[in-house]
Amino acid sequence: MRALTATNDFVVKFANVNGSGSASANTLFAKSILRMGIPIASRNIFPSNIQGLPTWFEVRVSGEGHLGRRGGVDMMVAMNPQTWDRDVAEIEPGGYLFYDSTKPLPKSKFRDDVNVIGVPLTEMCNAAYKDARQRQLMKNIMYVGALSALLQMDPAVVEALLGEQYKGKERLAQSNREAFHMGRDWALKNLECPIGLRLSPLDAVGDRIFVDGNSAAALGAVYGGATVCAWYPITPSTSLAEAFDRYCRRLRTDPETGKKRYAIVQAEDELASIGVVVGAAWNGARAFTATSGPGISLMQEFVGLAYFAEIPAVIFDVQRAGPSTGMPTRTQQGDVLAAAYASHGDTKHILLFPEDPHECFTMGADAFDLADRFQTPVFVMLDLDIGMNDWLCEPFRWDDSRRMDRGKVMTAEELEAGKTFGRYLDVDGDGIPYRTYPGTHPSKGAFFTRGTSRDRFAKYTEQGSAYVDNMQRLLRKFETAKAYVPRPIERRAAQPTRDGVIYYGSSSAAMREALVALEGDGIHLDALRVRAFPFHDEVMDFIARHDRIFVVEQNRDAQLRTLLTIEGCVDPARLVPVLHYDGTPITARFIRAAIADKASALNVVPLRKAMP
Amino acid sequence: MSYLPKPKLHHPTLPKNALGYTRRDYEGAISTLCAGCGHDSISAAIIQACWELDIEPHRVAKLSGIGCSSKTPDYFLGASHGFNSVHGRMPSVLTGANLANRDLIYLGISGDGDSASIGLGQFAHIMRRGVNMTYIVENNGVYGLTKGQFSATSDKGSKAKKGAINTDEAIDLVGLALQLGATFVARSFSGDKAQLVPLIKAALLHKGAAFIDCISPCVAFNNHEGSTKSYDFVREHNEVVNKLDVILGRQPITAEYEPGSVTEVTQHDGSVLRLRKLAPDYDPTDRVAAMNYLQERKAAGEIVTGLLYLDPDPTDLHANMGTVEVPLNRLGDAELCPGSAALARINAALR
Repeated sequence: MRALTATNDFVVKFANVNGSGSASANTLFAKSILRMGIPIASRNIFPSNIQGLPTWFEVRVSGEGHLGRRGGVDMMVAMNPQTWDRDVAEIEPGGYLFYDSTKPLPKSKFRDDVNVIGVPLTEMCNAAYKDARQRQLMKNIMYVGALSALLQMDPAVVEALLGEQYKGKERLAQSNREAFHMGRDWALKNLECPIGLRLSPLDAVGDRIFVDGNSAAALGAVYGGATVCAWYPITPSTSLAEAFDRYCRRLRTDPETGKKRYAIVQAEDELASIGVVVGAAWNGARAFTATSGPGISLMQEFVGLAYFAEIPAVIFDVQRAGPSTGMPTRTQQGDVLAAAYASHGDTKHILLFPEDPHECFTMGADAFDLADRFQTPVFVMLDLDIGMNDWLCEPFRWDDSRRMDRGKVMTAEELEAGKTFGRYLDVDGDGIPYRTYPGTHPSKGAFFTRGTSRDRFAKYTEQGSAYVDNMQRLLRKFETAKAYVPRPIERRAAQPTRDGVIYYGSSSAAMREALVALEGDGIHLDALRVRAFPFHDEVMDFIARHDRIFVVEQNRDAQLRTLLTIEGCVDPARLVPVLHYDGTPITARFIRAAIADKASALNVVPLRKAMP
Repeated sequence: MSYLPKPKLHHPTLPKNALGYTRRDYEGAISTLCAGCGHDSISAAIIQACWELDIEPHRVAKLSGIGCSSKTPDYFLGASHGFNSVHGRMPSVLTGANLANRDLIYLGISGDGDSASIGLGQFAHIMRRGVNMTYIVENNGVYGLTKGQFSATSDKGSKAKKGAINTDEAIDLVGLALQLGATFVARSFSGDKAQLVPLIKAALLHKGAAFIDCISPCVAFNNHEGSTKSYDFVREHNEVVNKLDVILGRQPITAEYEPGSVTEVTQHDGSVLRLRKLAPDYDPTDRVAAMNYLQERKAAGEIVTGLLYLDPDPTDLHANMGTVEVPLNRLGDAELCPGSAALARINAALR
């Protein structure tokens, strides 16, 4: 039988039962490979459930450094009888099936074209441990031990990681080490080690870090100076607010008094969450909420108020599959339009599209400067894939000379000196007015904030001309924002081409990999990664420079393409959608196939005028 | 409503408070409500209370939702920042504002539609969080801006102007506030300024969640025969349990009272609330007894007013959270940004 052989280039998938303690063993497996200097991309695939349902963990080992999901499974660690059949079916021909062989299984449960590796994990655990929970947990570490032998993983790296993980808990560290070696020794003694899939130490990780986007975004909020967080639990954004709490306790506790330089409210719903954010920001604090699609729907009215009354707000939208409850634990880029034009009436909002946790941190901090500078809501558009998975990314960086940009805030001194204050007065021609914080001056600078129309001095009016004047200024302000938001990043093809591709967010890693492969296929594309809305002029220039532009997205309706079409008055026929929206992260294989397919199909389509 | 703006000139003999301000300095824009609206009386009482307490107007933040009552913050304290926010959501906005700057005085103005219908959830949660504020519901039992629909505080059996009888049970905000942990609960009547002004003063001095349900007849849509929120009905059925005097630190005590008829409660800030009992055995520091009493009197068709419950030593949201004394909106880069050295350590732990 054929046996796959590959060094530092394969996919291992773990099929586990939710709540069985497999997560920490799987992370240990993933981190050990990183410590060997080999890049990996790992993803959790989990159901909307706490205990008992199937959950998967996929590790893509890629010496080349590809961080997107590859698709396909070279080795399945099948620890869940419930999903056995589909797990076995997923293995590539010539791949490997690793399983717990304690209970004999009928031959019909296996495939002829995969290599079967049985390890009597339960039997070994039952012999070694008495406590039921310990038997369960140690079984996980034991399979990591067996895999280390099969894949040629450096055991010293695993031991070092266990030591760090259980620092100060030597007994736990020791029992984990023992379980690891029990599995490893059994495999070395009873199995042919190594198999065709092998790890070989590299120096390809560098100083990169391994972290999830939600934690990174939360840390960005800490560095960005956020002091008020109001949120309502919703998958997949919950861990963002929880990470903010965790980081703040460490980094924002007054060392002398032990008191908090932050406030976190777990609100009664998303309406209250955004209400608290708006109230806090109106009063001069940097405030944010973290939510997902259904929360964005609930926040619509407040977002419109914040837009019209010009109040900063930062909203981290960790997107999941919609509409409605959709697939709460599956990823999608489904809220682009809902966020861009959130609320009733004419509204437009700043959106940021981080590609990985590194940018979640950077944009997480930048969002607060942008919100203050433009006195408006800013959406940071994460998704479940970035938010809840650990990604290998550039380390976080901070320039200590950087200061918060609080935007145009008139001080008591300026008011006292007689500077004219009109809350909605465009003094600088950039559409951005000055604001004052409540309580600034005894007799000057107070104004009444309202969602109803008013003149430039915040006085109530229903005069059409004053309303139009204000709405036009808001447009000017949005225009100004184009130059402040993160610029797009272009990657030119190896040879001149009239074809381009636009992509954003978590599709980036898969896209980069696909570009290399497409080049090999003879398809040359200039590529532009869009990082923000409003679109920088460079985005429209890129579209103008190409005849045909593929727009790669993870939603059904080609939402970014729609936004480009509307905002840039682009002929939709020139923007070819490439859409992946089954809830799993997009893969390079998918992009490559879809673009190759569309490219060839489009090339044979006759010119329009020739059509009947 | 009046179309004539008041002249800005003050009469030189207008009395001034300790800050040198006259009452006129606490006024706002001209009211656009109907002539005779109870809400305007409440605005006047707020002006009076703030003036008497020597509050600097700009240190007050006034927040409201949507509705007739929510328009009123424009009509008092013109030197204060105001925020006319979203229907039923003022509590969350006020909570956020309070978190940003614990040093200001927060005054939430709402109505019965705003707080008992669309905003009942947020009303409940701001009370249970103990936000330091004065929350006034200007309760007229009717939707004014949309012309006369019943609100959720309309009493069962009350008659609408066009003749319909309300068949739904009324929501009693005072009962809810008591149950949900408000530490100052009062009910008053916009037609009784002598009762209302001291209640607002005491609420403003209270360092916790203070709630005043103020019955405020709607002259346009709910002041007719058969309404239970009309001036006449409230006057006839008003059962006042106590009369309140607010005594600040150095104020000499002049009046004399019958022994046993007066209770004095010292609030955390040192102010003394002197309560003259009108209902025998009513103890405003006993929350459970207060709830029982209110239910009994309600069943008898009476509207109980006065200071109904007071916890003289309340905690508030900031105390519960353990936030720093400096307002969060005044913290700068040095206090908020951990810097590159801390980030290097975080990076190291993620490798």
